[in-house]
Amino acid sequence: MELVAPAGNLPALDAALEAGADSIYVGFRDQTNARAFPGLNFSDAELIEGIRRAHKRGRRVLIALNTYAESARFADWCKAVDRAADAGADALILADMGVLDYACRNHPNLPRHLSVQGSATTAGALKYMHERFGISRAVLPRVLSIQQVEQVCATSQVPLETFAFGSLCIMVEGRCQLSSFVTGASPNRHGVCSPAKFVRWEELPDGGRSVRLNGVLIDRFEANEPAAYPTVCKGRFRVGEEVFHALEEPTSLNTLELLPRLQSAGVAALKIEGRQRGAAYMGAVVRTWRSAIDRLRTDPEHWAVQASWQTELARHAEGHQTTLGPYHRSWH
Amino acid sequence: MDSISATRYAESNVRLSLGPMPYFWPRAQTLAFYEAACEWPVEVVYLGETVCSKRRELRLRDWLSLAMLLQSVGKEVVLSSLTLIEAESESGALKRLISAAPGLVEANDLTAVSLCRQTGKNFVGGPGLNVYNAETMALLVADGMVRWVPGVEQGHVQLTHLLATADQSGIVLPELEMPVWGRPGLAWSARCFTARALDLAKDDCGFRCIEFPDGLPLQTREGEPLLRLNGVQVLGETTVDLGPELPELRELGVRIARITPQAHNMHEVLTRFAKVWRDGLATPRVGAENGYWREGPGNVQLPSR
Repeated sequence: MELVAPAGNLPALDAALEAGADSIYVGFRDQTNARAFPGLNFSDAELIEGIRRAHKRGRRVLIALNTYAESARFADWCKAVDRAADAGADALILADMGVLDYACRNHPNLPRHLSVQGSATTAGALKYMHERFGISRAVLPRVLSIQQVEQVCATSQVPLETFAFGSLCIMVEGRCQLSSFVTGASPNRHGVCSPAKFVRWEELPDGGRSVRLNGVLIDRFEANEPAAYPTVCKGRFRVGEEVFHALEEPTSLNTLELLPRLQSAGVAALKIEGRQRGAAYMGAVVRTWRSAIDRLRTDPEHWAVQASWQTELARHAEGHQTTLGPYHRSWH
Repeated sequence: MDSISATRYAESNVRLSLGPMPYFWPRAQTLAFYEAACEWPVEVVYLGETVCSKRRELRLRDWLSLAMLLQSVGKEVVLSSLTLIEAESESGALKRLISAAPGLVEANDLTAVSLCRQTGKNFVGGPGLNVYNAETMALLVADGMVRWVPGVEQGHVQLTHLLATADQSGIVLPELEMPVWGRPGLAWSARCFTARALDLAKDDCGFRCIEFPDGLPLQTREGEPLLRLNGVQVLGETTVDLGPELPELRELGVRIARITPQAHNMHEVLTRFAKVWRDGLATPRVGAENGYWREGPGNVQLPSR
């Protein structure tokens, strides 16, 4: 199984390569990718340098152009496809059908992966994307149980990539408007979810803190309570008489214990989330997964989750908590 | 472009539609709702379950007999498909729905697009498809999309650009249908939020969303109403009302105005729109402004960015 790691800058890319990632995915410094954060991502020159470093080690660089292009800006997305091809990318990660079509026609030999933002959750949807745009891989949205992942793997002609570790989107990717409902900025169009410029922390008289997103109270924390980043899906709200994490707790996805099942299902690649995270996160998380995958390859009979792996991953998880999320039926 | 659209749509009917039912109601209530719809001033009715495949108060054969009833009084009937498809059994159900559909199918997912394309069935591109540009629209038109309902994020500026680009490129435009009344569907998940709120496992949910005919209200910790939980779907709290913008929609080329079902006052809502829509007139706002229409946050109680 290929280990695919993100990088938001050259130091993170170096860390991921050093730690043993097979492929690195990156984005341009604009809204063409789903992590359009200030100070993050690659200039064209950095991209060329990053690709050089990866290729020198025999690794690959995938470029995420996985937001949706509005008509007025469609040409910018096409240009980004051309820039990625010119820089020598090994594959593109795309979501928008118009952009997929452009890439397919103009750079037929550059492999196209369907992004998780493309919301393809069935063999039928994958078949369509394959017939229409010749995708050679698809990233599955984080909504399927492990049984459903196995089923799609068995019936789909497209090799699949699943999320292994990182921040957990609990809604079908590409179809969540919670951020744009509150802020006007959306993952689909702007490559951001709950951007920091809309976040306002307030110190409360009792020593606690509250946090608002564009004026909407997302949560309130006690003095000693760890505070989470205010995405709408991980806030605490009132439903009936109860105040609780009505959608999801601040927690990270961690599928390490499913590794053997993902491998036998035929999953082609495992993806680490976290382009916005630094080199330290990348090094530690990638190294842990590298060990787990290598152990599975060399000694599958005796493979078991090591406590040290889980401890290391939990250190880098949101709220230091991890979950199997939708892979595990009881989460639903 | 106004004149171009006007010419292109000169032959088209300006109509009102009743969109698919997002909520889960008891069988008798659903049947009564659509029996009443026979008398309502609406020309197109969308039937079927778009949110959760576990909801089975009505089976496919029930939807089909409602379709026959509505067709017998002259309504156009479209069968809508599930928005999030996870299990193979759901793909199978979708296949049966598409082959049984007496008219168009509303495709809310690429699985449905794929099946329609394969079987040569024309379809309505539902708001669940991500269509943000004319190029994507053209691909779907080639697949058989004859009508398009833009997703919730689409506003006046985006649609104007998209349609102008399509015009310039000679793309055959599908008939345009725009939601003008109802709570916006904002997100879908594997998780059932109603079951979670009631502390139930999804596999043992007891179909309790049936107790919330307009969804389960969610407020912030300071009591501001924000969202509605509707099984695996999350809706915005406010009922969006594009009444004052109806003339703009007509100018843009929208020919079908979509009203989303709700538990109460449906006839009044439809009558209000029916009075003005065909004449291209506005009607004062009763519900909430649609923030997305003006490039802002969907929720307009909030300051725009």
